[in-house]
Amino acid sequence: MTARTRTHGPWAVALRSLSRMPSAIASASVLLLLVILSAGAPFYAAHIAHTDPFESDVAGTITLHGADIPVMQPNNNRLHLGLTPIGPTWVPSADLLGADSQGRDVAARLLYGGRNSLLISSCAALLCIVLAATVGICAGFFGGIVDILLSRMMDIMWAIPVYLFAISLSIVTVSHGLRIGPISIRSDSLLLPICIIALVYVPYAARPIRGRVMSLRQSEFVLAARCLGASRRRILLRDILPNVSTTLIVLAPLVMALALLAESALSFLSIGVQAPAASWGTIIQDGQGLIYTRPWVAIAPGLAIVITVLALNVLGDALRDALDVRETSRRSGA
Amino acid sequence: MSALLETRTLSKHYRIGSALRGYRTLRAVDGISLQVERGEVLGLVGESGCGKSTLGRCMLRLTEITAGEILFDGRDISRASDKRLRPLRPRMQMVFQDSYASLNPRRRVGDLIAEPLRIHTHADGARRGEAEIAERLGELSHLVGLPQSALQRYPHEFSGGQRQRINIARALALSPDLVVADEPVSALDVSIQAQIVNLFMDLQESLGLTYVFVAHDLSVVRQIATRVAVMYLGAVVEIGPADTVLHSPAHPYTAALISAVPEPSVGVTTRRITLSGDVPSPVSPPSGCRFHTRCPSAQALCSMTAPALQDMGDGREAACHFPLLT
Repeated sequence: MTARTRTHGPWAVALRSLSRMPSAIASASVLLLLVILSAGAPFYAAHIAHTDPFESDVAGTITLHGADIPVMQPNNNRLHLGLTPIGPTWVPSADLLGADSQGRDVAARLLYGGRNSLLISSCAALLCIVLAATVGICAGFFGGIVDILLSRMMDIMWAIPVYLFAISLSIVTVSHGLRIGPISIRSDSLLLPICIIALVYVPYAARPIRGRVMSLRQSEFVLAARCLGASRRRILLRDILPNVSTTLIVLAPLVMALALLAESALSFLSIGVQAPAASWGTIIQDGQGLIYTRPWVAIAPGLAIVITVLALNVLGDALRDALDVRETSRRSGA
Repeated sequence: MSALLETRTLSKHYRIGSALRGYRTLRAVDGISLQVERGEVLGLVGESGCGKSTLGRCMLRLTEITAGEILFDGRDISRASDKRLRPLRPRMQMVFQDSYASLNPRRRVGDLIAEPLRIHTHADGARRGEAEIAERLGELSHLVGLPQSALQRYPHEFSGGQRQRINIARALALSPDLVVADEPVSALDVSIQAQIVNLFMDLQESLGLTYVFVAHDLSVVRQIATRVAVMYLGAVVEIGPADTVLHSPAHPYTAALISAVPEPSVGVTTRRITLSGDVPSPVSPPSGCRFHTRCPSAQALCSMTAPALQDMGDGREAACHFPLLT
């Protein structure tokens, strides 16, 4: 035993090892940057791009290098039929990433879309983890009939392909909103995709939580607590919950990555975020018709999704490595 | 005066297998009757898988028992509910083999040792105050040789031996009568083993404890136990005073176990009894004497009739048709 008096609790040890992982620092920074950029969407639209990304602007012009250029440009084909939106100018004040088929600034919509996408996926992940923790902890801790009922319920949900399930629920609710008793949610509310996405991923998060609780219940320190005469309530609160919390923390970014993909898919199918509001999924859909002429409209939100999902997965892996106290202390030789 | 703990034909069977392939019964503990007297150290020995840890856990009702009775201080606790057992818990405690796994990694050592003090009230129902708990923590850490600073730290910051001291302090917090130690030193380095065994012995002497000391290492048992019970395949084959059993074993299995202990002195050679074959599965134990498939002195009778524990006349009992008596 060393002479140092400072104590290193499990959380402090985890944080310290996390701060030494380049992958954790990098992914956390990327995510932070994305959040800051998305949060700054109104500022960007009003003060840098000087545009309203929710108004169609087919007749508008932008000022590029001192010249006024129409946002919608005539086609260069022989018939001169139809209009093509302006492509990326790479100038922030003038449609940085070009315009979509309604003449709206793609860069500004991308930031607003990021707000919705990140908000929905993080809230859905949070809600999903809370629901899954309730189900998983009850099933794992009480066992017996409670476990059988909850687990079979999860199995039934699991049997339905997750996207099919989400799409079905969205189609039902998107037309008329949701009214259950006193609760009423409008069909264009973000709460709908949040709740639907959270719900469909509950079985995916509940199963590992249940497994963790079951292994904790069999662990020697729970046996020791029983031997001391601790009540079930005390064992649950003092021994199980603090130890299952790490599993929840590790699962959260992974579920958020899944939720982001699901949200984009639903919005792409126009049963997620409703127009004129944007999300990365709706922008990809906007770009679908322009894919040959103006590919950046679809590529930019696609890249944003890829980067976010990658960062979330890397962060989840880093958290998993950092939160195993025993492993960490062995690695550092403490 | 009755024994502190008594088991009567105690059995613990596990149902293994699946509904498809059919269930089979694993007899981890199969009809064991023994007494643990006040102030003694009963060593439970046997090779891994013989059911000695299961027996230890059954004694404290940490696993449900299949059949038989357990009497603690004359009271039948074999079917008592957790609630009924709670008032008895302060009197019977356990120290586990894995010193890390038996301590919640997310709680401070002081908090872990104080846990029993917080769970149980005084005999008159009064709760212990924080000042009283702090004082008791000080006593306990002194008792097991932990520095005061240890109380503020977390289990992962300690070595195996120190963690076992924490476990012992927690088990002793409520001044129990009986401590079941389930291989408390087998996971430790040899030098640390001696320290912890000495600690167990000192504590027993100063606090008048009764131990059930589960171990597979005979040299540890020889050091600490006053009485020894040798187990094979879920049953006790020999039980008696430690000196008698370990120096002149009556059961061939005990003799084989003892001959397997390395002899530390140079020049002294012991005749090693090598057992052939593996331990039979406790799912389908051999007919007759369980040991006859590997016994060097087995005869026709052994495969037909199971021998019962018989008094050998020197305070020891052995379950053998042809005991090795000199």
